[in-house]
Amino acid sequence: MSVERLIERKEVVICAGSGGVGKTTTSAAIAAGMAQRGKKVAVLTIDPARRLADSLGLPELGNEERQVDPARLRAAGLGGPGQLWAMTLDAKRTFDDLVDAHAPDAQARDAVLSNPIYRELSNAVAGSQDYMAMEKLHELHQDGHYDLLVLDTPPTRNALDFLDAPARLSRFIDSRSLQFFRAGSRAGLGLLGKGSAALFYVMKRATGVDLLEDVAGFFNALGDMTDGFRERAKRVDALLGESRTTFLLVTSPRAASIAEASYFSRKLRDADLPFGGVVVNRMRDQVKARPGPKLEAELAGLLQEQLARKVVHNLEDHLRMADRDARNTALLRKELGRRPMIEVPELPGDVHDIAGLAAMNAYLFAGG
Amino acid sequence: MSGLCHTQCYSEELGGILPTPTLRGVKAVLDQRLVVITGKGGVGKTTVAAAMGLAAARAGKRTVICEVAEQERITQTFGRPPAGFRETEVAPRLHAFSINPEDAKEEWLRRQLRSGALTGLLGASHVYQYLTAAAPGLTEVVTIGKVWELAQLERRTSGASPYDLTIVDAPATGNGMALLRAPRTYSQIARVGPIGRHAGVIDAFLSDPASTAVVAVALPEEMPVNETIDLERRLSEELGRELTQVLVNGVLPGRLSAAEVKEIEAVDGAGSPPAREALTVALSAEARARHQRSQVARLRRRVGARVATLPFIVTPELELEGLEALSREIERKL
Repeated sequence: MSVERLIERKEVVICAGSGGVGKTTTSAAIAAGMAQRGKKVAVLTIDPARRLADSLGLPELGNEERQVDPARLRAAGLGGPGQLWAMTLDAKRTFDDLVDAHAPDAQARDAVLSNPIYRELSNAVAGSQDYMAMEKLHELHQDGHYDLLVLDTPPTRNALDFLDAPARLSRFIDSRSLQFFRAGSRAGLGLLGKGSAALFYVMKRATGVDLLEDVAGFFNALGDMTDGFRERAKRVDALLGESRTTFLLVTSPRAASIAEASYFSRKLRDADLPFGGVVVNRMRDQVKARPGPKLEAELAGLLQEQLARKVVHNLEDHLRMADRDARNTALLRKELGRRPMIEVPELPGDVHDIAGLAAMNAYLFAGG
Repeated sequence: MSGLCHTQCYSEELGGILPTPTLRGVKAVLDQRLVVITGKGGVGKTTVAAAMGLAAARAGKRTVICEVAEQERITQTFGRPPAGFRETEVAPRLHAFSINPEDAKEEWLRRQLRSGALTGLLGASHVYQYLTAAAPGLTEVVTIGKVWELAQLERRTSGASPYDLTIVDAPATGNGMALLRAPRTYSQIARVGPIGRHAGVIDAFLSDPASTAVVAVALPEEMPVNETIDLERRLSEELGRELTQVLVNGVLPGRLSAAEVKEIEAVDGAGSPPAREALTVALSAEARARHQRSQVARLRRRVGARVATLPFIVTPELELEGLEALSREIERKL
């Protein structure tokens, strides 16, 4: 099945999977393919290979969409009626912009931006990148300038961290804890209930006073912005479950990433999230040739003896690896039921330019 | 030799192209108290950690491999039930351990407060959860703090024996870096008090190249090579320490000389379909090996750390047989 059929009615495609499976290139290839087919598409990448970014004409840290030069796309055989836009996400900038948008005035904004806790938090501490990727996605979706948004998810320790990000942010700014910290720093311990005073004492012993003050200061500075944040986190979460959104799992045929993909596919179904299908990158070619006396004799006639032996050895290795790929993907296929699995063979070299994306698309967009 | 991609047969050819890895590496890496293994996702960090653990245990070292991930893979590799937050022997002298942030937090808290009742009080209140969510890096500090504890000659855990070597299978580059940097960050935020002091001690241990080795696992491909270059730069900038060693995993044998490639190309369409297929597969394998060599060469040019290559292993991932083969390679090359 073609990726096109999977996503033609969608507005948001989220490419998820474990690290090192080609998520970024797959996202870019899908976006380029859909632009070629007439859509106005934006692809949000996290950390593209420098050469791919250069090839797309993306600056190092943009946090703004740039249109990929149609001439570049045409040169690679990807010209078409649509438009391809791309951006590299800057999590910290996105977070800063969010604070800016929700702060009642410049003073409140600066208080947050200069707080040491905020600075650490926004500097790609686990989770903030996940959330900010979705925040940006939501923002672009609201703006409505594009027919299709393709998100390349950040590399997380666990692919599921990404799904949980909005909920984590909501918990983080939960108003009950907020009130607690604000009371703690404003009123001083004496005015608090006995239980709270004891808690503060314990936390002070466990963590160090200054830390606690910084934390309280952070929550104070956030002040009334938190309602806006929470509301927003809720809407970002809702976007994930919409029928106009679809998740594509990207994997390699290696056992570890197949296992992760199976696990993730179960979680997507458990969470009732829209799950479109799987892209398996770097499948080794299934060849019909088999080593044996007949093949060896023939090769020995064509090549010098030693070279003929090397060719046979190589074929043996290739078959073992191709079998392994086929076995691993068969396991995942069972898990998927009717959902499609699209295979992209291992291409010569790495894919890191527009021509490489075109080569991938020959497989991603093959068939009906 | 089963499992290895016929590499040995061609290692002389390879040796002509790639510099022979230095032998100094052994002492530098396996003789440290702690080895932190990181690298881009999907490069085989867990496999390399397991193989390195096997090599160290075989050399007579009491070794522990510590995982910092949701799913345990080391114990599974050795066909054992999950170890969890318990040091479990999986092979002679080789132990496995898995750090769950919640367990690490509770152990750390109990130690900080020296009181079960106080720990209970904090644990029962949601406030502590909020605090740990709010205090950036606290989870990372207690996690790396537990790793540090495993690596100490005088263990804080009562009744626990010291290890000669602790190997930590750390998260991928970005998160791995966050883990290494957490104590320093934290000691700056928590300027006073017990955690601040303790974080300072951990930071000194991690930054000291005589105590801790940082090993990057890479693949001979564009992105993993870039991340490795970037990791070395960040280690230097953010922690003022060096990257000890790079292990390039999954290096294809590269069997054909330029003359042999020409000889195959000259066959040009002759032969039966299976013969042509075999020749095509040989040429594309060679093209990939060539591409890999250029990436390894780029890596060597761009990093100051020692670089050693490990051969591609054909057996399914994390199978014991393949692991044995890989551990012998590590022994040979480090």
